[in-house]
Amino acid sequence: MLLSLRGATVRFGGRAVLDAVDLEVAEHEIVCVLGPSGSGKSTLLRAVAGLQALDSGRVSLDGRDQAGVPAHQRGVGLMFQDHQLFPQRDVGGNVAFGLRMRGAPKRQQAERVQELLDLVGLPGAARRAVAELSGGEQQRVALARALAPSPRLLMLDEPLGQLDRSLRERLVVELKELFGRLGTTVLAVTHDQGEAFALADRVVVMRDGRIAQSGTPLQVWQRPADAFVARFLGFENVVEATVGAEAADTPWGKVPVPEGAPQGTRTLLVRPAGVRLVPAGTGLRCTVTARTFKGTHVAVHLQPEDAPRLEAACALRAAPEVGGEVGVEFDAAEIAVLD
Amino acid sequence: MDLTRTEVAVGKRGAAARLGLIAVPVAFFAVFFAYPVAAIVARGLKADGAWHLGRIGEVLAQSDVRHVLWFTTWQALVSTALTLLIALPGAYVFARFDFRGKQVLRAVVTVPFVLPTVVVGTAFLALVGRGGLLDELWGVRLDTTVWAILLAHVFFNYAVVVRTVGGLWAQLDPRQEEAARMLGASPLRAWRQVTLPALAPAVAAAALMVFLFTFTSFGVVQILGGPTFSTLEVEIYRQTSEIFDLSTAAVLTLIQFVAVGAVLALHAWTVRRRETALRLVDAAGTARRPRGAGQWALLGGVLVTVVVLLLLPLAVLVQRSLDAPGFGYYRALTSDDGGVFLVPPIEAIGNSLSYAVAATAIAVVIGGLAAVALTRRDAGRFVRGFDALLMLPLGVSAVTVGFGFLIALDEPPLDLRSSWILVPLAQALVGVPFVVRTMLPVLRAVDVRLREAASVLGASPWRVWREVDLPMVRRALLIAAGFAFAVSLGEFGATVFIARPDSPTLPVAVARLLGRPGDLNYGQAMALSTILMVVCAVALLVLERLRTDRTGEF
Repeated sequence: MLLSLRGATVRFGGRAVLDAVDLEVAEHEIVCVLGPSGSGKSTLLRAVAGLQALDSGRVSLDGRDQAGVPAHQRGVGLMFQDHQLFPQRDVGGNVAFGLRMRGAPKRQQAERVQELLDLVGLPGAARRAVAELSGGEQQRVALARALAPSPRLLMLDEPLGQLDRSLRERLVVELKELFGRLGTTVLAVTHDQGEAFALADRVVVMRDGRIAQSGTPLQVWQRPADAFVARFLGFENVVEATVGAEAADTPWGKVPVPEGAPQGTRTLLVRPAGVRLVPAGTGLRCTVTARTFKGTHVAVHLQPEDAPRLEAACALRAAPEVGGEVGVEFDAAEIAVLD
Repeated sequence: MDLTRTEVAVGKRGAAARLGLIAVPVAFFAVFFAYPVAAIVARGLKADGAWHLGRIGEVLAQSDVRHVLWFTTWQALVSTALTLLIALPGAYVFARFDFRGKQVLRAVVTVPFVLPTVVVGTAFLALVGRGGLLDELWGVRLDTTVWAILLAHVFFNYAVVVRTVGGLWAQLDPRQEEAARMLGASPLRAWRQVTLPALAPAVAAAALMVFLFTFTSFGVVQILGGPTFSTLEVEIYRQTSEIFDLSTAAVLTLIQFVAVGAVLALHAWTVRRRETALRLVDAAGTARRPRGAGQWALLGGVLVTVVVLLLLPLAVLVQRSLDAPGFGYYRALTSDDGGVFLVPPIEAIGNSLSYAVAATAIAVVIGGLAAVALTRRDAGRFVRGFDALLMLPLGVSAVTVGFGFLIALDEPPLDLRSSWILVPLAQALVGVPFVVRTMLPVLRAVDVRLREAASVLGASPWRVWREVDLPMVRRALLIAAGFAFAVSLGEFGATVFIARPDSPTLPVAVARLLGRPGDLNYGQAMALSTILMVVCAVALLVLERLRTDRTGEF
């Protein structure tokens, strides 16, 4: 394993910000740590980088314990959330910084700077001042700077956090391609699930300093480990239910479950696509409280009588009016039993 | 287990490094400030090996001492009130109005603050004194009244208020007031409810600074006060160098010490409040062109004030220095005739410059080390206490420093009386607080994560300081050095005690020339003052070009 954390714990004033975290990252793997703010994901990166001392546990790189190895000798790269480019140096000076610290000869520095600026799509920008760069360009320079010394592990802290949405969606694809081509090992943290799913080979969801779930994007998306992960991924229809062989008892009535689902008192997730709207009078009776357009579909918010709200996904044309009455039926294929 | 031990060791190493950094300034202050002050205490209250605290009561019981105390306090209060009254509109104009020549005007306004007290005294003497401009025109003389002193104090401290209050005012978001307006407040009400509370700590801090400077005023009162008016500072000097009553001088110094300490503590408290509560915006975006007759009138009023109060005295000073045909007064400076000095007065320029260079070097090293050690916000109580201690020499008055040097550093193991370094050391002591105050905000503003970014890219701690911190503070370092230079150049209160008669500094030479009768001496004083003013003004204008942020205290 390139990176391995064993029982890594960091406490701030008695509160465990990182709570006995075990994590492994293999070479060439792209791992995304996903979690709400305050879940300890930035602290995780800082602990690996050597910027934050552990209270207990260990961080190993290439099997070697990193205790007592200061940040500047760990040979890992870290791209900061707001880039932290050195304002008094130009783009080239920023990218060459790590090489200079390692005593690389001037010519080699210049070649590498050119190579990396080409790579991140900013050819010929070496003499430009950092202050005149746009947000997206700054992000590219920060990436080039972190990559220049060829770190064995590249860490990204909210790499696209401050960019606007369309740029973010384009850059995340570029990054994935680039890391694949270079074979870079990446540990990234983000609070944006879209970013994590697009970038990662493996997603690690964190909650209150602990790892709540780890798996491929598809695994995590299809079977969130628990109600917290499901809600964090944006699912609203999560309830306690008593699961039987073919159906579960829920506040919404009988809901069919997929074959082979675990039985007993469980958390049930109904994906919006699994909430089918039918004419009023059949199924569960609901009032439409709101509709929001999501581009490809409409999210319809429904209020049943004496039960938690439901979110349904439905085609643009078929969306009912706010205030209207509809019936609801459930589709077993879009239902997951958690825990 | 291993891990924990290593980390503790790393933490200890950091603390040790910080302690090492701060050891040099601490030692400097112990030897050249605490020790002399202790010597003053001993001199005042100890006789025949026993302490006599009753001396304080005895000295305070003297009616002339009580008179001095009373005058010192009330002139400081009145000076402060007058300064606020005249300078606050200026602060508003600089903060909120955009007009052509604003940069130049801002620099002009700041010049008086770095001018030596002696120059200011001389300039006002030329304006309102015997044979001065007002005397010639209308037969009005103010140098026999307290007004000359008060006006000179306003002249001096105008910049303090405009800088501290105006600096903050410019950074207050005007949209806060607009928000209050949208909620139904009238313009005046919005200002009172939103802007004034935000501004109050800065006004208080500025007022306390002005009070402190005027309470410990020496050069101005020495020159303009005549025999009638005497502050504590002047009285200490008189007791020491004219009456030779060192014990009374020591008690007076202690009284002043306590008063200044109280004011400084209050100042530290208001500054802390100012730092905490506000949300600030870039000053560049808050000013706009004046609109309407009222605002133009305000701007005009401030301009007239600046011209009459700040520029006129300096102009008169220059004019008086040129009064003799063919630069007569300037040429007289080069000849050794009057017997006032053992050398031609012109040599004072060389003395002053070399002293100031040495003092600047000392102040930058000591102040720079202290600032680096104080940078960490998590610094311990000891370090924070040192921060306040560093300010003491600024307020504790130059005369205390000079007097302390005189009685403490004249015997082995520290017999520096005959060494030239004595003067730069005293001047550096006065300059260090400026260096720390200039460097500290800049060092604190360096983003910790920028240092971390360098560290992750492979820079060792020393390399991080060189690559990240140094380029950012280089400018502040230059500004600090410039301030220390200007302060040493104009330093009078301490230098007058310890400068040797055969190597006077510019301010000392000016004061001595003024103390002599005759037009030639008067004219030479004006000429030397003009030279000193030009040197200081040039130094300041260079600084203004270097300065980018205008939020500093000075």
